[in-house]
Amino acid sequence: MNKDIFVWIELRHNKVQDVSLQLLSEANHLQAQYKVKGYDFDVVGIITGFQTHDVHADCFKYGADKLIVCEDIKLQEASTQHTSKAIVDIVHEFKPDSLLIGASVIGRDIAPRVAARLNTGLTADATQIEVDETANSTLLLVTRPAFGGNLFGTIVCPNTRPQMATIRPNVFEKRELNKASNTIIEFKTSFDSIDQVKLIKQEPKLNHSIDISKARIIVSAGRSMAKHMDLIREVAEELGAEVGASRGLVETGSITKEHQVGQTGKTVRPLVYIACGISGAVQHTAGMDKAECIIAINNDPNASIFQIAHIGIVGDAVTILPQLKEELLKLKA
Amino acid sequence: MKIIVLMKQVPNTTNMLIDKEKGTLIRTGVESIMNPDDTNALETALQIKEKNGAHVIVMTMGPTQAEEMLRECYARGADECVLISDKAFAGSDTWATSNTLSAAIKRYNPDLICAGRQAIDGDTAQVGPQIAERLNIPQITYVSQLMDINEQSITVKKEYEEYTEILESSLPCLITTLDPTNPLRLMNVTDTWNAYTKPITVLTNTDLQLDLSLIGLNGSPTQVRKTFTRSVSGEITLIKDSGHEAVNSIISALSPYLN
Amino acid sequence: MDNRHLLLKKSYKQFTDCYVKPIAHAIDEEERFPIETCERMKSLKMYGIPYPVEYGGSGADTLAYVLAVEELSKACGTTGVILSAHTSLGAYPIYAFGTEEQKQKYLIPMNKGEKLGAFGLTEPNAGTDAAGQKTIAILKDNYYEISGSKIFITNAGYADIYIIFAMTDPSKGTKGITAFILEKDMPGFTIGKKEKKLGIRGSSTCELIFDKVKVPVENRLGQEGMGFRIAMATLDGGRIGIAAQALGIAQGALEEVINYTKNRKQFNQSISQFQNTQFKIADMATQIEAARCLVYKAAHAKDTQKNFSQEAAMAKLFASETAMNVTTQAVQLFGGYGYTREYPVERMMRDAKITEIYEGTSEVQRMVISASVLR
Repeated sequence: MNKDIFVWIELRHNKVQDVSLQLLSEANHLQAQYKVKGYDFDVVGIITGFQTHDVHADCFKYGADKLIVCEDIKLQEASTQHTSKAIVDIVHEFKPDSLLIGASVIGRDIAPRVAARLNTGLTADATQIEVDETANSTLLLVTRPAFGGNLFGTIVCPNTRPQMATIRPNVFEKRELNKASNTIIEFKTSFDSIDQVKLIKQEPKLNHSIDISKARIIVSAGRSMAKHMDLIREVAEELGAEVGASRGLVETGSITKEHQVGQTGKTVRPLVYIACGISGAVQHTAGMDKAECIIAINNDPNASIFQIAHIGIVGDAVTILPQLKEELLKLKA
Repeated sequence: MKIIVLMKQVPNTTNMLIDKEKGTLIRTGVESIMNPDDTNALETALQIKEKNGAHVIVMTMGPTQAEEMLRECYARGADECVLISDKAFAGSDTWATSNTLSAAIKRYNPDLICAGRQAIDGDTAQVGPQIAERLNIPQITYVSQLMDINEQSITVKKEYEEYTEILESSLPCLITTLDPTNPLRLMNVTDTWNAYTKPITVLTNTDLQLDLSLIGLNGSPTQVRKTFTRSVSGEITLIKDSGHEAVNSIISALSPYLN
Repeated sequence: MDNRHLLLKKSYKQFTDCYVKPIAHAIDEEERFPIETCERMKSLKMYGIPYPVEYGGSGADTLAYVLAVEELSKACGTTGVILSAHTSLGAYPIYAFGTEEQKQKYLIPMNKGEKLGAFGLTEPNAGTDAAGQKTIAILKDNYYEISGSKIFITNAGYADIYIIFAMTDPSKGTKGITAFILEKDMPGFTIGKKEKKLGIRGSSTCELIFDKVKVPVENRLGQEGMGFRIAMATLDGGRIGIAAQALGIAQGALEEVINYTKNRKQFNQSISQFQNTQFKIADMATQIEAARCLVYKAAHAKDTQKNFSQEAAMAKLFASETAMNVTTQAVQLFGGYGYTREYPVERMMRDAKITEIYEGTSEVQRMVISASVLR
């Protein structure tokens, strides 16, 4: 009998990636939904790494009931070959009902390989996961976007276990749950002696000092604001906010790609998202529609952004922004 | 050296519109294109061919319409094109697709497989790694640049979120490439003129002999329960102003978040 | 037209959209020869389209080549003529009349795009009256000494190979003209004045000056006295290239007009909704289609018939006059904007004019056609 919800904890240089903590927290929602149906599942974190002791506390803090820790020098940094072996062996041993993995570059590399080896189904880039209330089983309903974000599908994995899904960073929120348990199970297995892929060099990307996904407030601009970026930047500065951009704006060259929000940019979840001159095409909104307060300014009353905005202003951003800046300065004074 | 390039013909989803009343995609009039990530895979293979000599085989799983795309691959210098097509493959999820493609690839015994990272319709990025698993070969995903290749190994640059890595893998190996760091070359006249004289090998399940439990809808552990478009909310109140009223409403929305 | 032609057309269009269209305005403004485009055409094997593979070409047919000139010319008349002059005028004489050694030495690199070709027949006093050649070639031992000048030579200054016509025996009139293959750095061969032109301003049109240029006997093309025949046969094919250029220019102008008239609003509607505009566009489209039929027919005739002079002349005559009509009409339909250099139609109109003049004026075409019809 398969049971429990497993979350693979992604570590880079022995730091837990936020997405894994977000998944642990979200798994607790599923745990509650399962309980209603009479399934008593634990939320279990899988840690594959080397000398990982320092990360255990955070995992319990954000929602793990148990941790299965597999340590080996070969697992020091995640590798397709060794990490997938560790996860597969753990799954064979412990038989989880579901396995969630963050859809980072690493997660999206390892998850499909693990799913194939386990002959089970994997749903990529889930934006929503729920327990199926109607089914007489542990079935999960996993919703994800397709066709470039134009369409959503609810996917199920009825016949195989574990049910697997990858989830993008910032889709879920991490919450301090401070679970009482601190059970750690040590797991040992063997690894191939030869490494198929060798790391020659690692280099940081240039110009990468900005991470808008951590901002509380984002002031974002669309293509029509290309010649008015000074107004955007000034308001952002007054608010202590980061500057976001649509793909169209990035393409004009007025701002670099690190600021791009959306399907092919970053997913952000700020408290406030101010969209200036952004039409609201799905490719963009997919990256920001979970913001707590969305303020949209656009000249076009039919712009799709107004369908997701909490405050919608049909007006000229170029006229409004300087006035907004004045008001903010007055408030500070 | 034998290279297989996996390509997919997809609808151009960046231009797709939604029928708001039916909640479905409007598919008519949407052109079919080569999946953008796959174009880098093809360009990489053709560059290896130019520099070191290689036999480049383009393989696609799809309906007969995908032949047009294969002709365009011939027009750029591909040596061989294979279309995998059979009603039995319809409804495949990534698991079943990778089973089918792996069976076809095994017949060619390549040194390198180049695939795109993900398709703009499915958006899963799963097929590449799952094929590598089936074939029991190493994989490197998110490849932006080929650094070096020889009979024994391949060296590439891989893009992570905040850094890059130079990685070396033994061959045979599967890489998945990103768009658009390596733009696909245009069709040249000589290869275009000859594009229709070269044969396209069509492989059906009669050729691949896959058990029906491994392919198509039956062979898919994941199934689509339902599809829907983003819901259109009801009446929205909009403030039509560019002056005080607009600014004041923004300030009041912001005030709980300002300290 | 079959699948291969359709796929080629698609490839030419992708090339044009990517590399030719974005710089078409600039090279006209700056009167700049687009060397970078020439390099790119080489890597896509666009220089030897209708010539055999064993001579470095693509082994395709004349229609495949005509489609290239047409597609390039839709965006840029200059780029279209660079290819046409090279392929039809520079390479053809060597292909049709050259010795095996000459083909190996010159045709192969020309078809591969390694060397650009040009054709020098016209002189200050010999235009339509081509027989009045004053450039002379005196045989001395194992070389000819060539002196004289040519004007209005397309690709001059950038070409490596020049097909030059000179009088070896003035007493024989047209039968005293001989063709030669000259290379650009031959001592005594210099490029003279560059013309400032009304249109195809990016095309390099210059004077050629020959001051006792020593041209080896092996570089004589065909026999002495064959020159006029070679020139006429070459121009027959060249006409089809120019007809394709004119066709492309006309089509390009029509597409601009369609786009503009749909978007331009006056009196609360798109001007494309006015019947006058619609009728003009209908006429333009029909005339272009008729020109297209003639051009493609001429291309087919060149590949299948021994004599295709009539078809070629008709195609050039009709296509060039169509280009002039359509582009003039296009400027009119754009109104004031069409007269400014910010919009492409005035350039297209300026480019169209030359197609009625070079490679045989429309008057010459009429002479050829009537001679054929009245035979």
